[in-house]
Amino acid sequence: MYAFNYHRPTSLADAAKLLDGAEDGKFVAGGQTLLPTLKQRLAAPSDLVDVTGIADLNGIAVSGGSVTIGAATRHAAVAASAEVKKAIPALAHLAGGIGDPQVRNMGTMGGSLANNDPAADYPGAVLGLGATVHTNKRKIAADAFFTGMFETALEDGEIITKVEFPVPKRAGYVKFPNPASRYVMVGAFVAETAGGIRVAINGAGPCVFRHKEMEAALAKSFSPDALKGIKTAAGDMNNDIHASAEYRAHLVGVIARRAVQAALG
Amino acid sequence: MTNQGIGQSVRRKEDFRFITGQGHYTDDINRPGQLYAAFLRSPHAFAKIKKIDTAAAAKMPGVVAVYTGKDVAADKIGGLICGWTVKDKKGEPHKAPRHDIIAIDHVRHVGDQVAVVIADTLAHAHDAVEAIEVDYDVLKPVVDVVTALKPGAPQVHPDAPGNLCYDWEFGDKAATEAAFAKADHVTKIELLNNRLAPNPMEPRSAIAEYDAGTDTTTVYSTSQNPHVLRLILCAFVFGLPENKVRVIAPDVGGGFGSKIFNYAEETVCIWAARKLKKAVKWTSDRTEAFLTDAHGRDHVTHAELALSKDGKFLGLRVDTRANMGAYLSTFASAVPTYLYALLLAGQYTTPAVYAEVKAVFTNTTPVDAYRGAGRPEATYVVERIVEAAARELKMDPVELRKKNFVPPDAFPYQTPVACVYDSGQYAKAIDEACKMADYAGFPKRKADAAKKGKLRGIGFCAYIEACGIAPSAVVGSLGAGVGLWESAQIRFNATGTVFVYTGSHSHGQGHETTFAQVVSDKLGVPLESIEVVHGDTALVPMGMGTYGSRSLAVGGSAIVRAADKIIEKGKKIAAHLMEASVDDVVFEGGNFSVKGTDKQVPMAQVAFTAYVPHNYPADLEPGLEASAFYDPANFTFPAGTHVAEVEIDADTGVTTVVNWVAVDDFGKVINPMIVEGQVHGGIAQGVGQALLEGVVYDQESGQLLTASFLDYCMPRADNLPSYKVGMIETPCPHNPLGVKGCGEAGAIAAPAALMNAITDALGTEDITMPATPLKVWNVMQRHKLADAAE
Repeated sequence: MYAFNYHRPTSLADAAKLLDGAEDGKFVAGGQTLLPTLKQRLAAPSDLVDVTGIADLNGIAVSGGSVTIGAATRHAAVAASAEVKKAIPALAHLAGGIGDPQVRNMGTMGGSLANNDPAADYPGAVLGLGATVHTNKRKIAADAFFTGMFETALEDGEIITKVEFPVPKRAGYVKFPNPASRYVMVGAFVAETAGGIRVAINGAGPCVFRHKEMEAALAKSFSPDALKGIKTAAGDMNNDIHASAEYRAHLVGVIARRAVQAALG
Repeated sequence: MTNQGIGQSVRRKEDFRFITGQGHYTDDINRPGQLYAAFLRSPHAFAKIKKIDTAAAAKMPGVVAVYTGKDVAADKIGGLICGWTVKDKKGEPHKAPRHDIIAIDHVRHVGDQVAVVIADTLAHAHDAVEAIEVDYDVLKPVVDVVTALKPGAPQVHPDAPGNLCYDWEFGDKAATEAAFAKADHVTKIELLNNRLAPNPMEPRSAIAEYDAGTDTTTVYSTSQNPHVLRLILCAFVFGLPENKVRVIAPDVGGGFGSKIFNYAEETVCIWAARKLKKAVKWTSDRTEAFLTDAHGRDHVTHAELALSKDGKFLGLRVDTRANMGAYLSTFASAVPTYLYALLLAGQYTTPAVYAEVKAVFTNTTPVDAYRGAGRPEATYVVERIVEAAARELKMDPVELRKKNFVPPDAFPYQTPVACVYDSGQYAKAIDEACKMADYAGFPKRKADAAKKGKLRGIGFCAYIEACGIAPSAVVGSLGAGVGLWESAQIRFNATGTVFVYTGSHSHGQGHETTFAQVVSDKLGVPLESIEVVHGDTALVPMGMGTYGSRSLAVGGSAIVRAADKIIEKGKKIAAHLMEASVDDVVFEGGNFSVKGTDKQVPMAQVAFTAYVPHNYPADLEPGLEASAFYDPANFTFPAGTHVAEVEIDADTGVTTVVNWVAVDDFGKVINPMIVEGQVHGGIAQGVGQALLEGVVYDQESGQLLTASFLDYCMPRADNLPSYKVGMIETPCPHNPLGVKGCGEAGAIAAPAALMNAITDALGTEDITMPATPLKVWNVMQRHKLADAAE
């Protein structure tokens, strides 16, 4: 690890100012990706601006038809929240399956979304539920947020403040973990929402994506069998020593069916 | 006899300090004025070093020295050695190319040492490493044995033509050919024994310190065998007198074989410490561990088993290519030869066995002993091919095995591959295992699983291993550079407490408890009054260390010998105190008594008298201590049967281990709880090999693709079932405790049992370890197995 300046502001304005004033600053929340990168000397930011001290970024609120979660809320808090479990059990289940207890007690929703690791869990929920990402500058719809592998619509200096999840009629999340890392190798978040059926596939491709063919089939019949015979193109899948593109494409079908089953309870 | 003696599941004495964070590992130790070493490692699998520029690094803050291989060479330091010389088919010694502690002109695997920085802090050392500039001429590497043996393959060492370390054979070739000529049936199998990274929880670490006043070098090292390390360092690498070198292996957090060897980093620390007259410390990080801890296994094997039509094994021939990696590690040459081919008879009466082994250099991390070392590879060959033969002949795999087992009345049994098995009850073990696994109920469980879209399979492994290595004269005749005895010393204090010094080393095995139980049992001293001391060449007189499940069979036997000497002397003291004849004194239950009388004195009083000899035999030395050495008469031969049962998810290819039965015969058991723990850990590592773990190199670049836990899959608790562990006890007839060794059995038995279960479920032998979900799914695609999902 190289030396850096560490800041822990208590307001969004101060956070933005500190980053602005830094030579090569970075925001850090739970640090679950950034800190290992620093330890391996793969990054050398001049300043780290820790956003977890900003009170506005913490907390869970359920009102009317939505669940709103502060960006610096830890995965463990989401997993344990009685309100989240009641409103969107699939979201609490997803949070409870991220990493291990240590990761869940440090990692944050905003950090996971801003990083947009293809093998992360939260992008599946955000896209699958059609959530809205709030930042210190604007609101971004889930469909516009995830732009590519480790890429998002966030601009320089833009901080995610909270994420607003509409409460679906029903939803299910199932993942097939990478055997070694236990990150998502193929995940499917399936939801029946006010805006229609949404199927988000994470882990399988370079970026979380919606499976439109599956959505259309589930709109006709919300059952695992409705997905039988739907193929996913292997050409769009990731390929590594743990799973070939063909295997991932196959698993998308299996895991999506299991997610539908989970949604049905 | 005490209730803390032999056969009791006494809680481990050492665990209090371990689980309360009070262990003292090498990295916990810091010496005054200590400097830190950090290595620049090769980013290339194979390259010529054209130029190294250390000028900028040398000027960095806190840097004391920057050294390259040329600096080492200038000081005429020897390279690392291989301590076992294997002779090839023609009687020529194996090729052991130079293994420099820092590369001089070529780097031969990713992670090879290119330079070292010695600095005041670790951060400064790391900063300076990045400032070293190296100009490489990158060469095409070779990482696998099949490619390495092909004509035109990249040549790893100029003095090992064709990348061949040796082409070795064992067994009676003509007799084996004759057996195949008269066979009714021949089963053939192609096997890959996957390369494993050892991954002990504690990474390697070393501190070297030089005392100019006494010209003494002290080395703290994560070693399984401090005396052996001292011997290698003194006699071969540095040419230093052994009386001027002290090696301390304090608490060591697991080894699994990988900490037997003499490594470059600790050697560089010693060299630098002597040069700079300062303590120099190095601790491996996990990435360095993946790149430089000696790996295990990595065999490619073709095997054939000749059978009569009624299922009698007539002959076995085995052709193996073993990957040695880039250099020959400390005991690497022995692993695929004498620790492998000698076990190819298995538990069977196969009359003719012939093995050929080519050891091959590649641009990969060196390969050496890893939990089981050769014996898991042998067991994998024998037990996979036996199971395959049963399937081909449509015979029950248990019945086929029983038909060929060495019967209990045939011991000592001379196999066709040199070993003389001393004892065993193989049919009893497999019968017990079948009962515990409810083998009879398997067809119903398989049918039930099929209804849920699961492929269920059952697999057996009737393993045998050779432990307690071994008679020194025998291993010497096979090329070992060392003797394989063990030493012990028992020293009573005046107040009746005891120090036990052993040359074995405990790095997780629980010697401090097991050995104390032996002493408690033999001498009637309470466990809490016994301190087992190990791991320091200045405290323990001599030792050969811990590997090959030898500590109790060899080290424990030495302790018994020393205890016998204590009793012998104690009798003289007791006879004097009781005014009796020595011949009439007996020792039992911690008391010396006079036969036929009620006169007795306890051991503690005898010990006190030995040190306060006011009323004492005139011709007897004071003091109560005894040293003993033990050189075994034979290997020991633990054996048993493991049964694995799996379910494969036909939709995903995920294998779940649903049932595991182990019935082991370790001879006499000192602490059943510790033995069971060893079995559990061994099975976990064996399941890891079969299902999860595998070192992968990129064929083109030679890069290590599995260099972290993100990609190298270690077994976790949820990968493992709750084991059913059974024991049968056939005492070893040739050591005083009747013990055989238990440390490696699980890792030896598990891979074959599990792969036999998986191949049973899939109905094809066409799958290699690790049987990852991807591989299983690919096999199901290739063989058009039922995909319940589509």
